Amino acid sequence: MLARAGGVWPGGAGGRLGWLTVLVLVVDSSTPAVTAALAEVTADGVALRAHRCTVDARAHGELLAPQVEAVLADVDARPADLGAIVAGLGPGPFTGLRVGLVTAATMGQVLGIPTYGVCSLDGIGHPGPTGGTAVGERRVLVAADARRKEVYWAVYDGDGRRIVGPEVDAPAVAAARARELAVTEAVGDGAHRYVDVLGLPLRAEPRYPDAATLVALAAARVRAGAPGETLTPLYLRRPDAVAATSRKSVLP
Amino acid sequence: MADEPLILGIETSCDETGVGIVRGHTLLADALASSVDEHARFGGVVPEVASRAHLEAIVPTMDRALRAAGVTLADIDAIAVTSGPGLAGALLVGVAAAKGYALAAEKPVYGVNHLAAHVAVDTLEHGPLPAPAIAMLVSGGHSSLLRVDDLARGVTPLGATIDDAAGEAFDKVARLLGLPFPGGPYIDREARAGDPASIAFPRGLTAAKDLVAHRYDFSFSGLKTAVARWVEGRRRAGEPVPVADVAAAFQEAVCDVLTGKALAACREHGIDTLVIGGGVAANSRLRAMAGQRAQRYGIRVRTPRPGLCTDNGAMVAALGAHLVAAGVRPSRLDLPADSALPLTTVSV
Ligand SMILES: [Zn+2]
Repeated sequence: MLARAGGVWPGGAGGRLGWLTVLVLVVDSSTPAVTAALAEVTADGVALRAHRCTVDARAHGELLAPQVEAVLADVDARPADLGAIVAGLGPGPFTGLRVGLVTAATMGQVLGIPTYGVCSLDGIGHPGPTGGTAVGERRVLVAADARRKEVYWAVYDGDGRRIVGPEVDAPAVAAARARELAVTEAVGDGAHRYVDVLGLPLRAEPRYPDAATLVALAAARVRAGAPGETLTPLYLRRPDAVAATSRKSVLP
Repeated sequence: MADEPLILGIETSCDETGVGIVRGHTLLADALASSVDEHARFGGVVPEVASRAHLEAIVPTMDRALRAAGVTLADIDAIAVTSGPGLAGALLVGVAAAKGYALAAEKPVYGVNHLAAHVAVDTLEHGPLPAPAIAMLVSGGHSSLLRVDDLARGVTPLGATIDDAAGEAFDKVARLLGLPFPGGPYIDREARAGDPASIAFPRGLTAAKDLVAHRYDFSFSGLKTAVARWVEGRRRAGEPVPVADVAAAFQEAVCDVLTGKALAACREHGIDTLVIGGGVAANSRLRAMAGQRAQRYGIRVRTPRPGLCTDNGAMVAALGAHLVAAGVRPSRLDLPADSALPLTTVSV
C-alpha cells in the first residue's frame, strides 16, 4: 500500500527533507478514450503507477468510475491516499467531457484535495514528461474529433508549447491555419480521421490525451501545493438552443 | 431515530440540481439550484443548457445540503441518485457525481427511478406509504397513473399521457396567453380570478369508447388546441381575451380529467390511498378538487407540500432510505444513466 498521505512530507510533521511524493489521480474523458491513471509526483519527476484506458465514445459514464476504482486497487491505495486530482478540461464533445470533470470535482470535494485542469489537447501535443516524442523545431497540429464534421485543434511548437488554440473548426480551416503556421505534422484521433483533408504527415501517437503528460503539465502546481481550481470545461461551442417565438400559434 | 439510515439523494434529471439528506423519514436538508431562468427565453428546457448548469451547481449545492443537515459525507450511509428517466445529458452529470462522491467517501450508491422518487417523497411528510396505493405523477415531463404494491421492488403502470404531459399543456397555454415560463404557477394565479365554467373545453379520453381502450391514459393535446382555437377566434374578432377565464376553464378541464381518472383507478382497484406528485401536484385547484372528490368515496389523498412536488434531491434520498430499509442491494459503479428507464425498474 502506498501509505503516504497525499502531500505529506515524509520523515515527520514539518520535516522538510527536500522531496515529497504526492499520489495524483488523473482523469480525461474529452475524447472517445476514457482514461483514469495514478501517478506519483516527486520533486524531480512524474511516475505513472497505474493506468486504465478504454476507447468507447458512448460509455464514458459507465466506464470512468470503475476505472478509477481499478487504478486505486492496482497500487493498493485508498481514495484518502490521494493528494491531488488532475483532469483534462477538453475541448471535447460535451456529454462525455462532463463525466471526467464532475468525477474529479466531486472526489476532490470529498477528499478535501486540490483539483487542477489541463487542456486535453496539451496531453497530445506536448512531448510528455520524458520528452521522448519531442521532435526538435517541428511544429505539430493536434486535432481531436469534434463531431459534426469539425475538429478541436491547436498548434504546438517543438518544445510542446501551445502557440495557437484550442479552437473548433472544419478540418479544412484547421489545415489552412496549420499551413500558415508552418506546421509539418498532425497528431491525434482527429488527424487520423481527417488525414486526407489536413494533408500533413501523420504522427501515429499519441492518438488520445496521454495521462503521464497531463500530470506532468500540472506537476509544478502539485509540487507547490497550489490552490485547486474550479474545473471549467473548454466547450468552445455555444449550446444548441432555438429561442421560442413569443405567442406562437399552436393551431395545427 | 438515530439508528435509521442517513441517506443522501442527488437529482439532475431536468433543470433542477437537487441534493437532499434524510434520516429514515425525516428530512434534514433539501438544497436546490435551478437553471429555470436560463430556459425561460426559450419557452422550454434546453438540454445542453441544463447539463452545463448541473456541472456548475453540483459541488456548491452539495456543500449547502451538508451544512444545512450538519453532517459530512463520512456520516452518510448511502448515496441515491436519479438514474432515469429524464434528459440523458443532465442525468449523466448527477450519476457521475454520485459515483464520484461514493467512490471518494467509500459509500454504496443506488441508481433510482425518478418517478418512484416522486411517490417516495410523500413519506417525508405523511410517514410510511400504505400498500397498495395508487399514485398519480403529473409534471412537465410526465403524466402517469401507477399502482404501488411495494415501492422497493417495482410499481405497475396503469396509464400515461398519449401526447403532451400535463405540465407541458400548462406551459403551452401560458405562452398562448402571454404568461411566462414555466406556465403552471401563472395559470394557477390567473385562474383564481376567473370563472371555470365560462368556457366548455374538452376532456380528453373520457368518451365511452376511449374509456375502453384508454381507461387510465391521458391526452392534453386536443385540449391545448381547443384553447388555442378559442383564443385565436377572439383575437380575430378583435375582442379582448379574458385571460383569467381561459386560465380557469383550461385548468378546470385538466384537473377534472386527472382527478376523475385517478379516483376511478382507486375505486376499480379497491384501493383507498391516492398519492399525487410531480410539479403539477403543486396546482391549488388540483389539490382542492382531488380532496373534495376523494372524500365522497372515502379515499385518502396524500400530496406533499408544493416544494416537495417539484423535482428535488429530498425525493431521491427518501426513495434511497426506503430501499436501504428494505435491504435492496446497491447499484454497481458502472451504473448507467438511462433516459428511458421504465417504471418497473425502481433501482438499477
Ligand atoms: Zn419529476
